[in-house]
Amino acid sequence: MSDLSVKICGVEFSNPLIAASGTFGFGREFAEFYPLSTLGGVSCKGITLAPRDGNPAPRIAETEGGILNAVGLQNPGVDHFIEHDLDWLKAQNTRVIANIAGNTQEDYCAMAEKLSDTAVDFIELNISCPNVKSGGVQFGTSCESVAAITSAVKKYSKKPLMVKLSPNVTDIAEIAKSAEFSGADVISMINTLTGMRIDINSRRPIIRNNTGGLSGPAVFPVAVRMVWQVYNAVNIPIVGMGGISKWQDAVEMLIAGASALQIGTVLFNDPYAPVKINEGVSRFMDENGIKSLSELTGTVKAW
Amino acid sequence: MKYDSRPFKLVKNEQIADGIFDWTVENKDLAPLAKCGQFANVKVTGRTLRRPISICDADESSLRLVFQVKGEGTRVMSEMKTGDEVEILAPLGHGFEIEKGRKYCLIGGGIGVPPMLYTAKQCDNPLVITGFRNKDLIILQDDFKAAGAELVLTTDDGSAGVHGFVTDVLKERIGEVDKVLACGPIPMLKAIAAVCKGKVRCQVSLEERMGCGIGACLVCACKTKPKDGEAFMSQVCRHGPVYDAEEVFFDE
Ligand SMILES: Cc1cc2nc3c(=O)[nH]c(=O)nc-3n(C[C@H](O)[C@H](O)[C@H](O)COP(=O)(O)OP(=O)(O)OC[C@H]3O[C@@H](n4cnc5c(N)ncnc54)[C@H](O)[C@@H]3O)c2cc1C
Ligand SMILES: Cc1cc2nc3c(=O)[nH]c(=O)nc-3n(C[C@H](O)[C@H](O)[C@H](O)COP(=O)(O)O)c2cc1C
Ligand code: FES
Repeated sequence: MSDLSVKICGVEFSNPLIAASGTFGFGREFAEFYPLSTLGGVSCKGITLAPRDGNPAPRIAETEGGILNAVGLQNPGVDHFIEHDLDWLKAQNTRVIANIAGNTQEDYCAMAEKLSDTAVDFIELNISCPNVKSGGVQFGTSCESVAAITSAVKKYSKKPLMVKLSPNVTDIAEIAKSAEFSGADVISMINTLTGMRIDINSRRPIIRNNTGGLSGPAVFPVAVRMVWQVYNAVNIPIVGMGGISKWQDAVEMLIAGASALQIGTVLFNDPYAPVKINEGVSRFMDENGIKSLSELTGTVKAW
Repeated sequence: MKYDSRPFKLVKNEQIADGIFDWTVENKDLAPLAKCGQFANVKVTGRTLRRPISICDADESSLRLVFQVKGEGTRVMSEMKTGDEVEILAPLGHGFEIEKGRKYCLIGGGIGVPPMLYTAKQCDNPLVITGFRNKDLIILQDDFKAAGAELVLTTDDGSAGVHGFVTDVLKERIGEVDKVLACGPIPMLKAIAAVCKGKVRCQVSLEERMGCGIGACLVCACKTKPKDGEAFMSQVCRHGPVYDAEEVFFDE
């Protein structure tokens, strides 16, 4: 195997694949398949200050090459995460990213403060969840609101801050610049694209929330384009995601501008995807004489 | 190991009723782990999500899965050939609880009948009530008889067996049984739970749309209230698919 390690903000990841928030819980269920050190890191299920029940079911619909989901941030709350999941997760020898979402700016700050005194490696600011009524994406769709929330949370966070962007915007590069200017250490992108499916017989939306977030291979070209645009606009590292399902996608996303990657939906199709993707990336490195994945980042020869 | 995703070999694929297919798939590592009422998550070429299918029967080397063609995924499954390899994640979820020395009544409605077969094999002389819309959809009758069950057949339109619903039979026979286990459409489960309430313990197997199948993504939510706990959004793939009927909020 080639050296798959990547470094972000001085933190080393053993390989570029990080489990995407919300698709991997807090890791325990997937530890049944392989040691979690198989992954460079785990971004935990989006947590909020108080526990949340989430949306009523159905919360998922299949689409061509993807899925829509509207879980609505069901989670046991930040304190429960710190007490019951974090120590176990840290002991698995993988990097831990705490994904946080709030109803208000104060919620985000309070969580960042609590998490700063723990062993998490990064805080990922989820300002891009399309499936909750208040909070989430409302913080992530204008440059002003992104700047306000990022700079506020930055004051309370002793951890490197990863800001997760929503693709449901007109100019993602401008949003990324606001995040960088306001103190983001890393950009992660993309969250899901808002979509809808309707059952033609009942004329009811398949998802109880009516709309949901699109993820999976269907969004991959959109994610590649946005990562490329943001790479050209900012100087901080990008964790790229959205539809990565095979090793070729992983390499493509790195070339577009990502320094590390998250994978989500593909895990539902094949829980062993991380093993297969890493093997493929490693072979690609060998065959092309690539010593470090950083040699790939942002090397697209755009026309 | 509790569950894993492995290649299985499809050794039998046979149509047993209108649009209903009967699979036998082999994998010596995973098949022996299966318990009655658990399910398997089947990878389908060209689809993003796997398809959850109940374990109809199991032995040391194989699982039997019986499914109805509904949409694209089950159609692709129905067209697979013996000898093909199929990737299956199993066994998943909590199945039915069986105690020795009890008289069980097992009820299956429509495509909810298959999981009751392996369940019947774990019980002593169970009473099995199977209900179908009409005679063209009847499945697994000989298998239940071979398993030593007392079998009652009902059809909604009277085209075979008793004309009526499974609950009509249950109401007459409930005095003879200690516990009821059921799988089928929600209105049927709700009616069964109502008949059992205050008389005998009843467990029901639920369906919900799934993502991961193992409890990580929280998409398969169902509001339930454990006996001694608070109501919460449980995961059908992990806490279920089998629940105590008393735990389930059927209308939410
Ligand atoms: C625990 C469990 C056990 C099941 N056991 C059986 C069984 O033994 N035999 C059988 O025929 N069917 C069973 N089902 C239902 C079966 O999973 C669906 O009929 C099947 O997924 C439909 O897929 P499709 O591609 O034909 O339909 P599509 O409509 O194309 O499916 C689209 C998406 O919706 C999901 N979906 C659609 N209907 C259902 C449903 N009723 N429940 C869950 N997901 C659904 C699919 O999995 C897929 O992700 C079970 C469901 C669950 C949850
Ligand atoms: C079921 C599900 C739940 C998700 N929950 C969260 C969440 O809690 N927080 C978050 O930032 N992103 C969440 N996401 C978005 C993913 O982390 C990721 O951004 C998106 O799915 C795109 O990557 P993919 O195509 O590899 O899945 C969720 C996605 C899915 C499918
Ligand atoms: S399907 Fe993922 S939690 Fe049940």
